[in-house]
Amino acid sequence: MAEMTYRDAVAAAIAQEMERDPSVVFLGEDVAAAGGVFKATVGLLDKFGPERVVDTPIAEQAILGAAMGAAMTGLRPIAEIMFSDFLAVCWDLVANEIAKTRYMTNGQVSLPLVIRTGNGGGVRFGAQHSQSVENWAMMIPGIKVVAPSTPRDVIGLLAAAVRDPDPVLFFEQKSLYATKGEVEEGEIVDELGRATVVREGRDVTIVALAAMVPRAQAAAELLAAEGIDAAVIDLRSLVPLDVTTIANSVVATGHLVTVEENPRLCGWGAEVASIVAEECIFDLDGPIVRVTTPHVPLPAAEALEDAAMPSPERIVAGVRHSLA
Amino acid sequence: MFSSRPKPETMTAPAAGASAPSLAPAAPPQEVRLSLYRRMLEMRGFEKRAYDLFLQGLVKGTSHLGLGQEAVAAAFGEAMRPDDYTFATYRGHNHTLARGVPMVPVMAELMGRETGLMAGKGGSMHLTSVEHGMMGSYAIIGAHLTIANGAAWSAKVRGTDQVAVCFFGDGTTNIGAFHEALNLAAVWKLPVVFVCENNLWMEYTPIGSVTAVRQPAAGRAGAYNLPPVLVDGNDADAMYAIATSSIARARAGEGPALIEALTYRHGGHSRADPAKYRPEDEVRQWLERDPLPRYRFRLAADGVAAEALDRIEAEAQATVDEATAQAQASAEPPVGLVEKDVFADGGATWRR
Repeated sequence: MAEMTYRDAVAAAIAQEMERDPSVVFLGEDVAAAGGVFKATVGLLDKFGPERVVDTPIAEQAILGAAMGAAMTGLRPIAEIMFSDFLAVCWDLVANEIAKTRYMTNGQVSLPLVIRTGNGGGVRFGAQHSQSVENWAMMIPGIKVVAPSTPRDVIGLLAAAVRDPDPVLFFEQKSLYATKGEVEEGEIVDELGRATVVREGRDVTIVALAAMVPRAQAAAELLAAEGIDAAVIDLRSLVPLDVTTIANSVVATGHLVTVEENPRLCGWGAEVASIVAEECIFDLDGPIVRVTTPHVPLPAAEALEDAAMPSPERIVAGVRHSLA
Repeated sequence: MFSSRPKPETMTAPAAGASAPSLAPAAPPQEVRLSLYRRMLEMRGFEKRAYDLFLQGLVKGTSHLGLGQEAVAAAFGEAMRPDDYTFATYRGHNHTLARGVPMVPVMAELMGRETGLMAGKGGSMHLTSVEHGMMGSYAIIGAHLTIANGAAWSAKVRGTDQVAVCFFGDGTTNIGAFHEALNLAAVWKLPVVFVCENNLWMEYTPIGSVTAVRQPAAGRAGAYNLPPVLVDGNDADAMYAIATSSIARARAGEGPALIEALTYRHGGHSRADPAKYRPEDEVRQWLERDPLPRYRFRLAADGVAAEALDRIEAEAQATVDEATAQAQASAEPPVGLVEKDVFADGGATWRR
């Protein structure tokens, strides 16, 4: 075991996969010589050379088009879109081309590619560099959607994404880059679509993703002080969605609270709530509660952004509402 | 290199009856010319039949025909190596046939049948046959230029000498992805040939009225440090010459090319468009420049017997008739296909 930052885990994961498989290539803006604007890809250029670690112009369509064309002809590209907000300028490639091509071609074309992107708020960047857009991705048939909460999971899930035969949108939460965690030695590879129960509990199930996981854990500590025993599930991936792990926990606790960084409408928790309502309604002993960022663009100022994003206190309030 | 080519501003669309522009190349060998003629005839027959099948209600939805633009696709089909990559648009029937994709599955795809190229899941606008190097027909303007770059980049990284050829219309030159793709191809020196089929009309709008330069592709080439290339897209020999030379350059590692081929759409933009907005004189002049009768005339003038040309025409028509019959005899696709092949496991499962 060694301690590693979420940021360094990104480079470690890419290096692990590039060493293993010469068909893995990596491209994006400022990713090679500069080591990434978040310094998450430092050292890769030196290690793997300019043919496999490539700086691009500011041209997100060109980046994803290059990744797609390379994936359909034998490479396994990892493309970086610096901020997930910028996915909006290349969404045609994501939603219309990458997601649909296998289906439209009756399975002729495989697109084993990963789009890594810095997602989410908490870093005071304002409304165009802070969005949580994982729910945009979740709505499109044909792409897998992954968002790790710990350095260890960055490696395990990014490795799984690179090895996956389908296109994967990999959301790294920007406010987590500096966080540290224990990472085991040797190769780490997870399976996509497996949620983790990060805290067992009998009274309520809190389901969270990425940066909302540590906040849910903090809320569970607060709840424990008042005698409420909360289970916390780190979803880790939205597609595939680990309904089994959620349902097993909800059946045991009778209460579900989702914690979502995305704005309210059509957030991923709405889908989870709908599934649980449809399939576990008779196991519920209280309302399903969604704790989300309100349906607003994210403001820049510290006080405003903190007020907008789900906090441990708001999660506690949500749990109390479900248990009331 | 730049100065050795004519400036696009000095070149005009060839008038009716005019000879090919000044880049007059040596004529291709006769077997190539006969093959070009056969390919164009098959495309012409296919597109005319597709139109008839619409009118009979046997092809649904929409379709964008390449009637009149056959010489461009045929020439590149002839010049490309089997392992090269084609990227085309929703007006991609010609380019698909040009790669040797059999006509039956293409026709069946238009008709929404089980034996269709994609079993009916793609339709007219998405014809794809990876085994023939036909890497897809893309129906939203611009994206596929960037995707063609990716295939070319991949060929470079994998150390093959494959070339990607990407066809698009004049309207594409005004969207951002065109410029992103051209810049990246030039900066990375990719083995990709971009072919703009300038048919003078962006859907229902004259391209000149919405474009800042006179030649929508050639007029932009300089911005990407590429020579401007303007070719008579209705001259199969001229197209074959530029296809051969640009592919050879790309294959040799000399980087991308941007070709503007002047041509004309005999029909409207799509099935729903009678194209009444086009001046009658313009239509008449371009119909006189139809690449097929023009090519037959040239082959005959160069000594090919009329009987030989008649035979090729009859064989092409028979191929179209046979394809129509076979496609029409095919069943509709099983509805089980709806939830197939969203993901690589063959299904559409998003939960566990």
